[in-house]
Amino acid sequence: MYDFTYQKPASVADAVKLLGADPEAKALAGGMTLIPVLKQRLNKPSALVDLADAGLAGISVAGGTVRIGAMTTHATVANSADVKKAIPALAKLAGGIGDKEVRHRGTIGGSLANDDPTADYPAAVLALGATVETNKRSIKADDFFQGMFMTALEPGELITAVSFPVPEKAAYMKFPNPASRYALVGVFVAKGPAGVRVAVTGAGQNGVFRQKAMEAALGKSFSQAAIADIATPADELNSDIHAGAEYRAHLVGVMARRAVAAAG
Amino acid sequence: MPQVALTVNGKKVTVDVEGRTLLVELLREKLGLTGTHVGCDTSQCGACVIHLDGASVKSCTMLALQAAGRSVTTIEGLAKSDGTLHPMQEMFREHHALQCGFCTPGMVMSAIDLVQSHPEGLSEQQIRHGLEGNLCRCTGYHNIVKAIAAAWPLMHGKTMPAAAE
Ligand SMILES: Cc1cc2nc3c(=O)[nH]c(=O)nc-3n(C[C@H](O)[C@H](O)[C@H](O)COP(=O)(O)OP(=O)(O)OC[C@H]3O[C@@H](n4cnc5c(N)ncnc54)[C@H](O)[C@@H]3O)c2cc1C
Ligand code: FES
Ligand code: FES
Repeated sequence: MYDFTYQKPASVADAVKLLGADPEAKALAGGMTLIPVLKQRLNKPSALVDLADAGLAGISVAGGTVRIGAMTTHATVANSADVKKAIPALAKLAGGIGDKEVRHRGTIGGSLANDDPTADYPAAVLALGATVETNKRSIKADDFFQGMFMTALEPGELITAVSFPVPEKAAYMKFPNPASRYALVGVFVAKGPAGVRVAVTGAGQNGVFRQKAMEAALGKSFSQAAIADIATPADELNSDIHAGAEYRAHLVGVMARRAVAAAG
Repeated sequence: MPQVALTVNGKKVTVDVEGRTLLVELLREKLGLTGTHVGCDTSQCGACVIHLDGASVKSCTMLALQAAGRSVTTIEGLAKSDGTLHPMQEMFREHHALQCGFCTPGMVMSAIDLVQSHPEGLSEQQIRHGLEGNLCRCTGYHNIVKAIAAAWPLMHGKTMPAAAE
């Protein structure tokens, strides 16, 4: 690892100031992605700005919305009685990320800012029609994800929280890569204020995406049968050593039907 | 050079580090606590697992400076000063849950967190899932799973609820 200076500001305002003053500085959350990247010398920040003391951790539920602070760990979300009650699918998703040591450190803000095409949270944010809050603005899920490892965040802009509208029902099913637990294919299905939404992670060449044909069919009849014949075109899906695009396309259907069954 | 002050195995220490010094480097190289191992150095194997304020984390994927003001427990901090082993260590010995021993410190730290965070009991399935972050190249895991199930009643001071088994 190249060396860097380390700072731990006590507020979001101070963190934004530090990041704004130095274009080579980078935010540090749980470090579960950033530290391995630094070890490989794929990135050479001048400074790391640790968000641990910036007051960004915590969960609140009010007015049909679950609001999760950016620095809230996956373990906290998975074990939260409030989240389990309001959006059980979200707690279950968080409890299925990586392993428990990763869940003790990794955060929702870090996961979304990183936007790994095989990460779990992007599927929940897109399917639930959540809003990503930053130090500057609120970004709708449909505008936030812009391709593999690409989001609407501007340089130096920090995610502060994510607000999830509580759905009528929802479920997430993932076919995990057996080694890393990242999603080979993960499908989040939700029926809520924004209608039925189906988001697919792990499969798309451009990261998380909505399966709109399935959304339309489930909007008419929320049942496994309604989507039994809906195929997902393989030409925009990933092929790699873990799975080919055709197999991923097949898995999207299987995971979507299982998610519909689990949502009930 | 920055300094980091933290508590390690109940003792307060202050150590000179670089920004990039990993917590595992602080433990092994600066404090000589070589019980915590580095297996993969890529956040996958769990040989480096320690407790940070009681929760199991991978010390190869944390900066020493991130542990400022926090309390770290390593494998060296488990046994009593008279040498009496922690029940988890004792059950690993009893059930032959190690062969080469390289994964063992991380396994034991991860297992203690798992048992402590499940006062309602643990099924075999839950134990196996709870070890997802720990790789062992020798044992095939069976005896590790047995050791953890056997440590549960010792750590909670009661028999494991039947539903969990
Ligand atoms: C072994 C292993 C297995 C894993 N398995 C899975 C899995 O199954 N599913 C899954 O989804 N993920 C998985 N992960 C990733 C994990 O979920 C991490 O949480 C995620 O990589 C990043 O979160 P972090 O808090 O660690 O962020 P960091 O690594 O600290 O940061 C990641 C990036 O986000 C930026 N950033 C962080 N916080 C903010 C913020 N608030 N605002 C703006 N930018 C920010 C950082 O500058 C950096 O560029 C795994 C990781 C490991 C090591
Ligand atoms: S050495 Fe830390 S996870 Fe392998
Ligand atoms: S006992 Fe050898 S790696 Fe586990």
